[in-house]
Amino acid sequence: MVNNDGVKVRLRGFMVKDRNHLCDVGISHRVNIIDKGTVDIPMLQILRPDGSVHDNADMPDISKATAQKIFQTMHYIRVLDERMVGAQRQGRISFYLACSGEEASTVGSAAALSEHDMIMSQYREQGTLAYRGYRTEQFMNQMFSNKLDPNKGRQMPIHYGDKALNFMTISSPLGTQIPQAAGYAYGQKMAGNDALTICYFGEGAASEGDFHAGLNMASVLSCPVIFFCRNNGYAISTPASEQFSGDGIASRGLGYGIKTIRVDGNDVLAVYLATQKAREIALAEHCPVLIEAMTYRLAAHSTSDDPTGYRSKEEEQKWREKDPVQRFENWMKSKNWLDEAQHKDFIEKTRQEVLAAMKKAEQVDICDIDDLVNDVYDTPPWHLQVQLSQLKQHISQYPDAYPKTSGRIRHD
Amino acid sequence: MTKMNMLQAINSALITAMTDDEKVMVFGEDVGHFGGVFRATSNLQQKFGKARCFNTPLTEQGIIGFANGLASHGSVPVAEIQFGDYIFPAFDQIVNETAKFRYRSGGQFTCGTLTIRTPYGGGIAGGLYHSQSPEAFFAHIPGMKVVIPRNPYQAKGLLLASIRDDNPVLFMEPKRLYRASVGEVPEEDYELPLGKAEVVKEGDHITLLAWGAQIEVIEKAAAMAEKDGISCEIIDLRSILPWDAETVCASVKKTGRLLVNHEAPQTGGFASEISATVQERCFLYLESPITRVCGLDTPYPLAHEKEYMPDHLKTYEAIKRCVNF
Ligand SMILES: Cc1ncc(C[n+]2csc(CCOP(=O)(O)OP(=O)(O)O)c2C)c(N)n1
Ligand SMILES: [Mg+2]
Repeated sequence: MVNNDGVKVRLRGFMVKDRNHLCDVGISHRVNIIDKGTVDIPMLQILRPDGSVHDNADMPDISKATAQKIFQTMHYIRVLDERMVGAQRQGRISFYLACSGEEASTVGSAAALSEHDMIMSQYREQGTLAYRGYRTEQFMNQMFSNKLDPNKGRQMPIHYGDKALNFMTISSPLGTQIPQAAGYAYGQKMAGNDALTICYFGEGAASEGDFHAGLNMASVLSCPVIFFCRNNGYAISTPASEQFSGDGIASRGLGYGIKTIRVDGNDVLAVYLATQKAREIALAEHCPVLIEAMTYRLAAHSTSDDPTGYRSKEEEQKWREKDPVQRFENWMKSKNWLDEAQHKDFIEKTRQEVLAAMKKAEQVDICDIDDLVNDVYDTPPWHLQVQLSQLKQHISQYPDAYPKTSGRIRHD
Repeated sequence: MTKMNMLQAINSALITAMTDDEKVMVFGEDVGHFGGVFRATSNLQQKFGKARCFNTPLTEQGIIGFANGLASHGSVPVAEIQFGDYIFPAFDQIVNETAKFRYRSGGQFTCGTLTIRTPYGGGIAGGLYHSQSPEAFFAHIPGMKVVIPRNPYQAKGLLLASIRDDNPVLFMEPKRLYRASVGEVPEEDYELPLGKAEVVKEGDHITLLAWGAQIEVIEKAAAMAEKDGISCEIIDLRSILPWDAETVCASVKKTGRLLVNHEAPQTGGFASEISATVQERCFLYLESPITRVCGLDTPYPLAHEKEYMPDHLKTYEAIKRCVNF
């Protein structure tokens, strides 16, 4: 296909794997500078902001039970976020990071996955984790760094991880999980698993070198991985306009030869359908797929942040009107799938459950001091054994200075 | 003189440097309009414009690569890495580029004008990735200077000297002191020397050496030891590279004993380098083995942070062991 300017435009699917180096490159006799916008990347939207369905929109095949689980999970996360932001203000935990406004992108994508798929997340994906089945007490044990958390209380709150749920433990350094996801997916492919890896990250993290390395590796090595970018407009205070000049993150997929879709991240049905489709393609064709979910971080970046210093109330209000939870609620109502009394009851029960679980988790001890040196290696080498035994002796000498562990020192 | 906390002192140094020299530019993640996540760069964009103080995309390797290029052109970049824990994506640019520009080009090209600022250190419930003290990695790179202030006065004078020094400098800011450490700071321009340690307190029986936020820790331990009749000399190393062996060795020759305290893990930490040099130069003066009180050889923990830290109690016990050897 040749457009008016004589530029040969390829639209057979998106990606032309055979077009490498100089083979199959069209020739032009005019100076044609390609600019952004040459390829238009539209955003899939099924539900209008008011929750009504666009005419002729592709509809996902979604059961009432799945829709209800999605809906409840979105609400569950709202309750959890609200409570834990409060808990941080009360000084009960040191840090929290809410995902308000982004529930559709994380919950909707999780609903389209198999429980065997590996999830590698950035940190704002509590919706994904809750949908996968992480329980309130698990959230709490991690946030209170107590000894019931399988990650052993070593990282800051919200760095969840659970092997049984195929949810890789979160790491704070941004973008590192992106090439790792390519590698994990390659392993899944080599082992013949009927599963892939989904990798979440923000549009800010997509500026890291690891993003570019990871997408290129996944594409060249045909890895069944879904790269899921939550483009929420901000990286802490930095607006997307100071993060990149290209057409979002989606345009980069094309550059790496990766099938790409942009989706309305506040439309849970669109996210669900796009992720289902991406999963199908990634597994059938052994290839990565990039999803760019357009959304907005209604919350502060974290409890350490105050967004009033860098964005306007009007801007926030504009996005509040596109609230993903309300949008889905309206659709649920139109389907007659929402029992309001039952829903009210669910919210109330969730509030109580969250509060009770928090009270319980904050009473649980942190790990014994021995766990300070465990897991550095498979077994502690001699020097760590020496350091541990000296530390135990020291703690026993000053028990009041180390109250969280001094009562449980075992000298062996 | 004005009362300032360390952040205000750093901000004041940046304003001084940018006012003094148009070629100074300040950039990094969130440093622009917002003024940085710790607010060290507050109002710089408003004062000096978007072209001289700006947000970068979120890429540390990009920030330092860009800064290297800018420095080699003769501008004076002051690049911020938001947390010391996130400097590693830029490790290649720093180790192989920043530090080697001058040497590989026979002195034709250099990144000498570059200063990299980064908050480091623990004690803030930051866990693995908001607590590390990576100075020793950078002390292993010929061609870099590494500087760490202990209070607001030191921070302003050392930062101004770092920005104007004709070598690339990694300026590491002990973030647990950012708001906690308050002191008198001159409003005017002044510099403190790089490569020079400072004897903070004189004493007779043992030399205690540290830098950054650990100075407070050894001071507290020294106060405990004084009650037992042990007189401690306290030295702030200030520059990790090049470090002031002369001042340290002169002190050790006087006291006969040395204790080095740092937050970073013990193995391969900068205390090891200091110990090796001091025993070479002061062997016959030493009354007891050089003692290290350091972080454990584990990643930086969260729940066990208190236990992990080389605190004043561990230091006090080590002082007694060293003196009673
Ligand atoms: C390598 C690295 N650099 C810097 C940071 C500090 N940091 C934490 S979150 C964040 C912004 C991330 O923005 P984005 O990727 O868009 O995700 P969002 O917070 O919007 O969900 C920054 C700069 C970090 N964690 N890791
Ligand atoms: Mg973002």
